[in-house]
Amino acid sequence: MTQAPVHSRPAPATAERIVGKPIDRVDGRAKTTGAARYSAEYPYPDIAHAALVHATVSRGRIAGIDAAAASAVPGVLAVITHLNAPAMKPPPPVSMMNLSSLASGTTVNYLNTDEVHWDGQPVAVVVAETLEAAQRAASLVEVTYETLPATFDFAAEEKNAKPQKSDLVQSGGATKGDAEAALAAAPVSVDLRFTTPPHNHNALEPHATTAAWDGDRVTVYDGAQNMYWVRDNLALKFGIPAANVRVISPYVGGAFGGKTMVWAGTILTVLAARVTARPVRLMLTREGVYRTVGGRTPSTQRVALGAEADGRLTALVHTSVTRLGRVGGGPEQVTSQSRHLYDAENILVQQNLVKLDLLPNTVMRAPGESIGTFALESAIDELAGELGMDPIALRMRNEPERNPIDGKRFAHRMLREAYARGAERFGWSERTPEPGSMRDGRWLVGMGVASAYHPSWQFAANVTVRLSADGTVVVRCGFHEMGMGGATAQAQIAADALGVPFEAVRVEYGDTALPTGPGAGGSGQTASIAASLVSACDKLKRSVLALARRSGDSPLRGQRMTGVEARDGGLYRTGRPGLGETYAAILTRAGRDSVEARVGSDTRVGAIAGQVRFMSKLMLDRRRWVKAASGAQFCEVRVDPDTGEVRVSRWVGVFDVGTVINAKTTAGQLRGGIVMGVGMALSEETLVDPRNGRIMNPSLAEYHVPVHADIPSIDVSWLDEPDPTMPLGLIGVGEVSITGAAAAIANAVHHATGRRVRDLPITLDRLL
Amino acid sequence: MKAFSYVSATDVAAALRAISTEPNAKFLGGGTNLVDLMREEIEQPDTIIDITRLPLSGIEELPGGGVRIGAMVRNSHLAAHRLIRTRYPMLSQAVLTGASAQLRNMATVGGNLLQRTRCLYFYDGAAACNKREPGRGCDAIGGFTRNHAILGASEACVATHPSDMCVALAALDATVVAESVRGVRRIPMTEFHVLPGETPDIETTLAADELVTAVELPDLPVAATSAYRKVRDRASYAFALVSVAAALETSGGAVSAVRLALGGVAAKPWRAYQAEQVLLGAPATDETFERAADAELAPAVAQSQNAFKIELARRAIVATLRRLLTEGSAA
Amino acid sequence: MVEIRMRVNGVMEALDLEPRVSLLDALREHLGLTGTKKGCDQGACGACTVLVDGERINSCLALAVQYDGREITTIEGVGDGERAHPLQSAFVRHDGFQCGYCTSGQICSAIGMLAEHGSGAPSAVTEHLSADTIELSDAEIRERMSGNLCRCGAYNGIVGAIREAASGEAGRDVMEAVR
Repeated sequence: MTQAPVHSRPAPATAERIVGKPIDRVDGRAKTTGAARYSAEYPYPDIAHAALVHATVSRGRIAGIDAAAASAVPGVLAVITHLNAPAMKPPPPVSMMNLSSLASGTTVNYLNTDEVHWDGQPVAVVVAETLEAAQRAASLVEVTYETLPATFDFAAEEKNAKPQKSDLVQSGGATKGDAEAALAAAPVSVDLRFTTPPHNHNALEPHATTAAWDGDRVTVYDGAQNMYWVRDNLALKFGIPAANVRVISPYVGGAFGGKTMVWAGTILTVLAARVTARPVRLMLTREGVYRTVGGRTPSTQRVALGAEADGRLTALVHTSVTRLGRVGGGPEQVTSQSRHLYDAENILVQQNLVKLDLLPNTVMRAPGESIGTFALESAIDELAGELGMDPIALRMRNEPERNPIDGKRFAHRMLREAYARGAERFGWSERTPEPGSMRDGRWLVGMGVASAYHPSWQFAANVTVRLSADGTVVVRCGFHEMGMGGATAQAQIAADALGVPFEAVRVEYGDTALPTGPGAGGSGQTASIAASLVSACDKLKRSVLALARRSGDSPLRGQRMTGVEARDGGLYRTGRPGLGETYAAILTRAGRDSVEARVGSDTRVGAIAGQVRFMSKLMLDRRRWVKAASGAQFCEVRVDPDTGEVRVSRWVGVFDVGTVINAKTTAGQLRGGIVMGVGMALSEETLVDPRNGRIMNPSLAEYHVPVHADIPSIDVSWLDEPDPTMPLGLIGVGEVSITGAAAAIANAVHHATGRRVRDLPITLDRLL
Repeated sequence: MKAFSYVSATDVAAALRAISTEPNAKFLGGGTNLVDLMREEIEQPDTIIDITRLPLSGIEELPGGGVRIGAMVRNSHLAAHRLIRTRYPMLSQAVLTGASAQLRNMATVGGNLLQRTRCLYFYDGAAACNKREPGRGCDAIGGFTRNHAILGASEACVATHPSDMCVALAALDATVVAESVRGVRRIPMTEFHVLPGETPDIETTLAADELVTAVELPDLPVAATSAYRKVRDRASYAFALVSVAAALETSGGAVSAVRLALGGVAAKPWRAYQAEQVLLGAPATDETFERAADAELAPAVAQSQNAFKIELARRAIVATLRRLLTEGSAA
Repeated sequence: MVEIRMRVNGVMEALDLEPRVSLLDALREHLGLTGTKKGCDQGACGACTVLVDGERINSCLALAVQYDGREITTIEGVGDGERAHPLQSAFVRHDGFQCGYCTSGQICSAIGMLAEHGSGAPSAVTEHLSADTIELSDAEIRERMSGNLCRCGAYNGIVGAIREAASGEAGRDVMEAVR
C-alpha cells in the first residue's frame, strides 16, 4: 500500500465531510409514500395490456397454433405469434468492443421462429383492452409441438462438460505448479465434492415494461440494470436508430442481476405496442419471470486441499461444472476466489461447462464467488478439522502477501484486520471447537466463519455537473437505482467535491436521455460514476475560478486551483479562511446563470473512445493489480436436535470495502447480501424437473426466500480504509457480503451437529 | 381468470338456493385459496356466490360446554378468541402458524376446510394430475415429492392436505355443520376429508350443494393442555413438512387422556388413533411416545424424495408430547 | 359488470368492474393508486397489503366486488397530507428498504400489525397464549411481519423502524393513527 493514490482527493480542510455519513436516502419519501413510480406505473389513457404464452416443451418446433378461442375473448386486440409477427433483427454477435452486444439474455429471435429452445420460451403474446382479458386469452391459445430430442438433466449431463475457454475478461482456468501431485503427497488433505442448485433472483418487482411508439420513435419504461443495453438492443431489433429509443427507469424494484440482460418481456412489449399501435404494458407474472428470465446456474464443484501438519497449504484444487443454455448464458466464475484467497504452493483451478436445452443462465448477485466460496470455505473448515486447527488460524497461516496464482500485487488487502475485528465483535474465543459441544437449552449451538471475496470493477461513465447562480447543483448521469441509494451517494460526493450543502445537490438518473451512465453490475456503479463526477467537479471549479480570476474585485484574483479549496458554498484560499467568495457571488458578477462541466461524450465517436478507454484501463489495471472487496463472516446457528431445523441466531460481518460513501445505505446493502446468503444456504432452490426440463416451483410460495422471522439482527461493519487504486478509494459493496455467507452457515451447522452438508440448501432432511 | 357472474348472498337460504340453481357455481369466502386457483385456471366456476356477508361470524359457547364457530369467522379472529386460546390452545397455534397475518385476516374457517393441495403438479396446468383432470395420470410420482404424503396415498395421487387448522380440528374431534336445501348435516371432522383412492378429485364428503355453516368443538378438558408443532422449510410463512397437534393429560405418571393428529403427511388431516391407543394408560415417557409414533407410522410409505418425513414425523410426535409433559400447554 | 362503491383513503369512489378484477388491480389500474404493489399476484409476498376497515389483507387475492361498501386505506392514504406518518419517517431513518417495492406493503402491514397487537392478539411465537398482554419483542415483530417479503433484505431496518415507532412518543402517534 505504498502506491500513490490514483484518484483519491484530500478531504476539505475545514468543512465537514459529507462522504461517510449515514445520510437518509433522497428518495426515502417517494418510496415510503407510494409516490415512486416503477415501470408498470406510467399512465396512458389508451393503454393496452399484454400477456405471454409459454412453450411447454423443452425442444421442438411449433406444429400449430390455434388462436381462435383467444381472439374471441371480448377485448382482445391481437394474438401475436411467429405466424403473424413482423420481422425483427436477431441479436447481434457478442463483441467486447460493443458491450451492448452482451445484452441479449438469449439468442432467440422471439416470435420470428417456430423453434422452441426451452420449456417456458414465449411463443405468443396476447394484447387486450384489460389485463384480465389478456391473461384469460393467453391461457386459451392452443399450441401444438413436434418435440425434438433434448438434454436438460444437469446431474446426468455434468459428465459431458467441456473446459471453459478463457477470453479477454474471463479466465476458465489457471495453474501454478503441480497441484494434483502435491495433493497426493500432502500429509493432511481433503478432497470434496459440493453441489449448489439453481437459484432465481426473485426481485419483488416482476419484470415490467410500458412501451409507447410515436412514429418511428419509442419510449420504453423498463426496470433495467442497463438502460443503454435495452436501448441499443431494441434499436437493433426494430431497425431504428438508438437515438429513437428512450428508456426511462428511475425506480427498479430490485434486480440482483435479473434485470441486467434484455429478456423476452421487454422486447415483446415493444413489439406488441408496434403491432397494435397502442401503448402497451406487460408485467410478467411471477411464473413468467421464472420461465423467461434466467437464473443462477447449478454447480458441482470439487475442492481438494493438501497441507503440511502446521497448516501450510501445499495444494489447492478447485474445479467446477456449471451449465449454459444452448441458446445463451455465460460461464460462472466459480473458481474466482480460489485464485486469490490462499497462499498455496500449487494451485489448479478449472471451470467446465455443459450446454443444455434450458432457459439460459444469467448473472445473479456475485456470480461465481457466491457459490464458489461455499465450496472453498467449507473445504477450508473441513481441513481445519482434519488438522485440529482453529479455522481462522488456518486462514491466517495461508494469508498471502501477493496474489497466489500469479504473484501480482494486491491493490488493497485487509483480511487479517477483518478477521481480528470480527472475532472480537462476535466473541469467537467463546467457541469450544468440538462439534456438538455447545448448547442453549434444547438447541444445539454452532459457530462458523468464512471469508468473503468479490473483485472490484470500474466502468465508463459520462457525467455532467451544473452549478447555478443560486448555489444549487445538478448532477446528471444515466445510472440505475435498484435500491443501492446511488443518487444519495453521488449527491454526497458532489457536495464534498464542490463544498456545498448536501441539500443543494440534485441528482438526475434513470433515463437514457441523460449522459451515458454505467450499468449496475459488478458492484461497480458507484465507483464508476464517482470517478467521473469528481473529475467533472474539478473541471467545474476550474471554470468558476477562471471567472473569478478575471475579476479585479475577487479575493481569488490570480489564484491557481492548487491554492484554492471548495467549501461553504464557494471557493476559498487554502488556509486563509476569510479569503474567497461564494459561487453565487462569482457567477452573479460574471453575469452567468450557471456553469457546467462534462466528463465523457455521448457522440458516436465519443462513445467508442470511451469504450476503448474503459477496455484499456481494465487491461492495464488487471496487469498491475488484483482488486477486490473482502470480508470475514461470522455466524451462529441454532439447530433443533429433534427436527434438524436450522435458525441463524447471530451474525457479524466485517468488510473491507474501501471508502464508505454512506454509512446507512452501505450497512443496508451489506446486510441484504447476507440475507440472500441465508436463503441460499438454508432454503432457496429452483426445482427443474429432470424428466422434462420444466421449472416446477415458479412461485414465491414454493421458492423459499428468507422471511422476517428467518433473519436475526445482523452486525455489519467495515474497515474504512480507502483502496488507493479506486476512485475516492471506494470498492463496491453490492455483492461481497453474499459471498462466504453460505459457507459460514454450513460451517456453523457442522459445529453445532457434527454433520457436514456439502449440498445446498441445508434443509432439515439433510440433518436428520 | 375466466369471466364469471357474481352473486352476493345475504342469508343462508338465499345462498343454498343459488348453489342449487346456478350451474357450475362456487361459494366464495375469503378467497385466499379459490381466487388463487381461479387465476391459475385450475378452478373455473361460471358463478361465484359470495358468502362473506352471511351472518356466520360468531364464536359462542354451546350449552353442553363446547364451542360453536361460525363458518365465516376469520382465521385471525378465531386464533385470538379467548375461548379458543384458553380451552383449545392447539387450535389457536395451528391457525397462527398458517399462512401470514394478512391471509389469516381474509381466510374463513369454512374456506380453510376446503383448502386444496399445494402439490406442484396440481398447480401446473402443463403437468398430469388426476386431481385436476381425473384419469390423466400423476406426474408427482417420480417427481418432486418432498411435500407429499407418507400415509394413505394411492397410485392415483400422493398429494397432501395443506391446512394447519384442520389438523387441530381433527385432533379435537370437531364436527362440521353443513346445510343444503335438503336440511342440516353434521359430519365428524375425521370423516370430512377423504383419502384419494381411485378418485383424488373427490376431497371431502361435502356435497356440491352443501354449505359449511359452522364447526363445533366438543367440551374437551384435555385440550387445555395442548400444542401445535409445525416443522417447515423456513421459520414462518411456509406450508408444513410435518405438523403435530397434541393434547396430553397425565395422572400418576401415566397418560390419562390424549389427542393426536398429524399434518403434511396425508391427503387429509391425519388423526393418529394408533398412537393414541398405545399412549392411553401407558407411562408418560419418551419410550412410550416413541412406541406410539412407531405404531402410527408403521404403514407409512415414502415417495422418492420424502422418506425423511417418516423419521421427521416420528421425532416431531415425540418432541411435542415431551414438551407438553415437561413444559405444559401453549396456553 | 358490477357497480361498487368503496371509500378509498377517505374518498368515496364509484367503480364499474368485472367481478374478476382484484382489489389490487382496481386500485392500480382503475383508480391510479399505484403505490400498492404487485409482487406475485398469489398471496405469497405481501407487497399488495392494504388496510380494509383497519385490518391488513392481501389485495391481490381479494375480488374488488367483495369489498363493496368497505373502507380501504392504501399507502397513499397513510400519513396526513404533507405530514408523514411516524412509521413512514421511521422507515426512512432506519433505512427499512432499498428498492422500495415492498415498502408500501410493509408499512401498511406494520400499521395493521400494531393494531392487532394492541388488541391483544397473539402470534405463533407468543409463549403464553392466555396472557393478557404480549410484549412486542423483536421476535414478535418478525413473526407478525413475516407475510411481507423483502428481497433486498432490509429486514433489520424494518424491524428497527417498527420498534421505534411503536415505542415512546412516536408510538402513541402511531397508535392514534391506527385508531
